Amino acid sequence: MPPVTTDAPLLLIADDVAATYPGAVVPAIANVTFTARAGDRVCVLGPNGGGKSTLFAVLTGALPLSAGRFELPGGGAALVPQTDRSRLDFPVSAFDVALMGAVARLPWHRRPGRADRVLAAAALERVGLTDLAGTTFGDLSGGQRQRVLVARALVQDAPVLLLDEPFRGLDARSADRLTALLDELAGEGRLLLMASHDIEQARAWDLVLCLNGVQVAFGAPDQTLSMEVIERTYGAALIPLADGAGAAILPAHHHHDHR
Amino acid sequence: MTLATSILHTLAEPFASPVVARAAGELVLLGVVAGVLGTWVVLWGLSYSAESLAHAMFPGLVLAALTGIPLLVGGAAGLLVAALAIAAVGRVDGLDRDVAVAVVITTLLGLGVLLGLSPRTPKGLGSLLFGDVLGVGPRDLVLAAGLGVVCLAVLGVLHPTLAAIGFDRSSAGARKGTAADVVLTLLLALATLIAVQALGNLLVVATLVGPAATARVLTQRLAPMMALATATAVVTALAGLYLSYYAAIAAGACVTAAIVVAYLLALLARAVRDARPRAAAAR
Repeated sequence: MPPVTTDAPLLLIADDVAATYPGAVVPAIANVTFTARAGDRVCVLGPNGGGKSTLFAVLTGALPLSAGRFELPGGGAALVPQTDRSRLDFPVSAFDVALMGAVARLPWHRRPGRADRVLAAAALERVGLTDLAGTTFGDLSGGQRQRVLVARALVQDAPVLLLDEPFRGLDARSADRLTALLDELAGEGRLLLMASHDIEQARAWDLVLCLNGVQVAFGAPDQTLSMEVIERTYGAALIPLADGAGAAILPAHHHHDHR
Repeated sequence: MTLATSILHTLAEPFASPVVARAAGELVLLGVVAGVLGTWVVLWGLSYSAESLAHAMFPGLVLAALTGIPLLVGGAAGLLVAALAIAAVGRVDGLDRDVAVAVVITTLLGLGVLLGLSPRTPKGLGSLLFGDVLGVGPRDLVLAAGLGVVCLAVLGVLHPTLAAIGFDRSSAGARKGTAADVVLTLLLALATLIAVQALGNLLVVATLVGPAATARVLTQRLAPMMALATATAVVTALAGLYLSYYAAIAAGACVTAAIVVAYLLALLARAVRDARPRAAAAR
């Protein structure tokens, strides 16, 4: 594991952040306070509905804060969404999607120019997809689509990347490839935040932010991920194991309020 | 007379009439709008909105016909009333937006038909429902040309933004997404308002959405989709006019029928194209 440098510039400062969805009474996240630096790989760990995507929505400006404040001193944050949430039937190529990163950064009346097209081609080369630049996005494999969306974030040129469960549904080879790419991007001084509910994944990264509506814990995984913290993060989703050695996490399921 | 000159004569004859020539001009202009705007309507899933807008303005059109004010004004007023009604019904607890739209639109369409069937209504209701493309005047042509210029200019500037947001809404801020929604809906309302006089309340949706839906079946990129949609709109418009002229059937219905045939042909072409590699692989 690369050592966590302490003199790298701060790229994210969150101070008591809370956010509430329109029409909701209870905030989806509250009391989120942490800082992260260039090169940090931060796993945002929590159950479904724990507020991981909400935190990302706040950081990209899609959802307003209801309390607290945050800063992105190095510039903006770019979201790398789950690929099944992007329109797989949209008539665009991998290159078109990468170039959309420039659209996100430009004002609405400006078209991406030649320099942006060069950036998009370079970003696709970076993620190892030059050969497939002309392929329709929906025809790519899940791992390839995920890398195209990383390329789009690179073209957006944001120092902070927000990855929403990027390893979901990937086979082992695609996952290894993505891991190598993300480690490289962190090594270049980007800050990576990855939403996940996989504790093993969290252990492999530099920092972990445990989120279950409120912030449960934040810090280096080996010092943070105690049994008590995991229990508080996953709450009722935990079941004790028969041999008494610990607890297991139930498969994700939805709670319904029956009125 | 040789066969060639005979064919040429058959093709040229309808356009000797200024009525048919103007109809063709109107349909070509609206076809360009349908090709470009229709592509976004199809990709953004706005087809239901397109139909709703057309029906919502119907009572306004009928009232305008009854009172003698311009149809454009009546239609615009009808749209305004519909928008306010949808906003009001949408506030009722337990009703979502689609339900609100459906309730308001069916009410308005029914109201329009009721007005249209009253004994005092002049005999023009048929042309409000099914259009009167052969009744297009020079002023309609100017309006359609103006619409085309506005649509192409706005959609040309917004093309990258509409593509990026249509592909992934989370890639744009909430404000940019809402602004894009508003612009597209306004253009659609404007296009419907202008096209409805030539194409009629019931057929305008087919002409705005049909060519783009046809192109979507056969293309995998935005620019070719727009080009093919425009070509489809223009070819089906001319084919419909010929059919109307030589078979003496209502022009609007012929154009719509031609679009439906084009869509079915596109589905057939794709089925043939997709079956061929599989047959080769099976060998």
